[in-house]
Amino acid sequence: MAKKIDYKRWPMPKQVPFERVKNFDEVALGYTEELARQEAARCLGCKKPLCVEGCPVGIDIPGFVGCIVEGRFAAGIKRIKEANALPAVCGRVCPQEDQCEKVCVLGKKGDPVSIGRLERFLADWEAASGRVETPAKAPPTGRKVAVVGAGPAGITVASDLALLGHEAVIYEALHEAGGVLTYGIPEFRLPKAIVNREVEYVRGLGVELRTDYIVGKTKTLDKLLEEFDAIFVGAGAGLPWFLDIPGEGLNGVYSANEYLTRCNLMKGFRFPEYDTPMKRPSRVAVIGGGNVAMDAARTSLRLGADEVHIVYRRSRKELPARLEEVENAEEEGVIFDFLTLPVRFIGDEHGWLKGMECLKMELGEPDDSGRRRPVPIEGSEFSMRIDATVCAIGNSPNPLIPITTPGLEVGRRGNIVADDETGRTSRAAVWAGGDVVTGAATVISAMGAARKAARDIHAHLSKEN
Amino acid sequence: MYRIVERRMIVPNLHELTVEAPVVAQAVQPGNFVILRADEVGERIPLSVADWDRKANTVTSIFVQVGASTARLARLKSGDTIPTYAGPLGKETQIGDFGTVLCIGGCYGIGSIYPIVRALKEAGNKVYTLIEARSSFLLYWQNRFEQVSDRVIAVTRDGTAGYKGHISRLDEILTLEKIRPDHIIVNGCTFLMRRASEITKPMGIKTIVSMNPIMIDGTGMCGVCRVTVGGKMKFACVDGPDFDGHEVDWDEFLQRRQTYNPEEVSPLRRSGCASHF
Repeated sequence: MAKKIDYKRWPMPKQVPFERVKNFDEVALGYTEELARQEAARCLGCKKPLCVEGCPVGIDIPGFVGCIVEGRFAAGIKRIKEANALPAVCGRVCPQEDQCEKVCVLGKKGDPVSIGRLERFLADWEAASGRVETPAKAPPTGRKVAVVGAGPAGITVASDLALLGHEAVIYEALHEAGGVLTYGIPEFRLPKAIVNREVEYVRGLGVELRTDYIVGKTKTLDKLLEEFDAIFVGAGAGLPWFLDIPGEGLNGVYSANEYLTRCNLMKGFRFPEYDTPMKRPSRVAVIGGGNVAMDAARTSLRLGADEVHIVYRRSRKELPARLEEVENAEEEGVIFDFLTLPVRFIGDEHGWLKGMECLKMELGEPDDSGRRRPVPIEGSEFSMRIDATVCAIGNSPNPLIPITTPGLEVGRRGNIVADDETGRTSRAAVWAGGDVVTGAATVISAMGAARKAARDIHAHLSKEN
Repeated sequence: MYRIVERRMIVPNLHELTVEAPVVAQAVQPGNFVILRADEVGERIPLSVADWDRKANTVTSIFVQVGASTARLARLKSGDTIPTYAGPLGKETQIGDFGTVLCIGGCYGIGSIYPIVRALKEAGNKVYTLIEARSSFLLYWQNRFEQVSDRVIAVTRDGTAGYKGHISRLDEILTLEKIRPDHIIVNGCTFLMRRASEITKPMGIKTIVSMNPIMIDGTGMCGVCRVTVGGKMKFACVDGPDFDGHEVDWDEFLQRRQTYNPEEVSPLRRSGCASHF
């Protein structure tokens, strides 16, 4: 049964760069059935699949890939959903190259199997087929769990617990569910119709969703504990970090959270059809090198900017963003200014940003993160003419629950302290996971933490019975 | 969906909006604000809270009609519903036993200072209320204030009620009225809060202002509501909205508030209605 090994992955169709920078439609178009089957056929079906270990939620990857090869798509998506409530999202935004695909045996000599693209294919196939199957639910246990935040972590916990027969209620502060999937990740990378579809699926499992409900303010965690047997806190991102340099109060200086929320959640890119305004700057500098920076830069292009720079203090090699996103940004014409550190924003007489002074850097000795530390080059000051800048250098965890919940242990950066394996916090019956614990991280890591917490909450509730 | 119990223009361009919002009504405190959207394409609009009824589950705010979004709010009728009404947000105003407190309200802030005056009075303070407007016909709720204040003082630009002039006369008015406040709280437009703070600073009286920057989520996420207070970056939605008026960087605040002035009115010009400009 010697199978000819195919080391080259099948490319996924994408919108061409000069077209896509003019619209907010999804860039990647997804595999066709034919392409998906060809790509899936590359899988070696390892006896001890490393990819499953590489997946934070432990999806049976060879199982669903095998289903695609055989053309049994319905069986394939069912296999994924046993472990993942958000396949259409994860297939699009997971950093597979650092997880499942990183350890794929094929990757040693060639390209790993495109696991993410195949996951996405099945999820989209199911949605297009119109027959979305709901897994069987365990009989009701009568136990109630409150989930704070309808982002990736909250949705995962709620759906896992609902399948186990518990009653789950999600409290969401914003007017729409999805968390960062809705306010943060742009339409062209993750269409909101897909997020809505996944949210509807979770509601179909019997999960109740209450929007406009700010736990900590509308009701404190302690008050909620009077009504619920357990609480999971997945409150997500909090206040943005700025560079702490002069001029950050100027008009035209944005945090990535603001810039992206205006555009994605509030649909500012469709102003005035939507009420929330969004400026259309012509020369934009995005500061930072992560996925959020790429999102902000590419959003700026689509808003009509003439020139968009990514200003990053290290070199291309250290960029924390996914390679795919970096390449997309490069293809679209984003200019990368590596080894560059902003030191001052310059405003005009009316308080509007008109420029930025920077320093050139060089890489020195490795720092705590193992990456080479950028060191300023003396006398290398230069200035850039810009009319908008977006700070995409990270954020602290959301402060509302920590500041309104006595006795909840909080770390140095304001993060809720929770056990890595179980998600338990210092308060009885309170679990936490996602960005509110780790600070800004990935969608899938939040989901992984949520899965572990759901397991522990279930064990806890079962024991109490 | 949240039901509009009542929306009426109480004085020209100022509207009183009462919404049925049970969970907000139970939790709201003086100094809090709410965020609402008039419809599915609407902005998230922050409004200071002016009153509430915990039995009837309602919350009341006063808002000014300034741009396209508030124009839509101003067209709501009782029985209509709105998709978003979230709160209470922000830290509540600190209600202590200060001794003598002067509460200053102008514009929508006459409404939002009212529950603060009431709470301060209940806490045993001597409370003087100063309300300010361009003319007497723009003042409202005087009788409500009479019931919870030791004295109500009006200041109007044209002198049709109370003192003639504006908040710049504060020092003189305090002398004439023989009021020596231990604590001052100001709610209203930026000019009122800034001017009051400038006057009270040399007097050495602690002056708390309720900042009203641009906001989006209002829950400590987006960072647009940053205000420089005492040289430090603060966020009005979670660190405020109340700050020490003597420490606020007012120039920066005014400039940041004006960011979207053109966009605020531009949709009105597109309405095709001749009465809009």
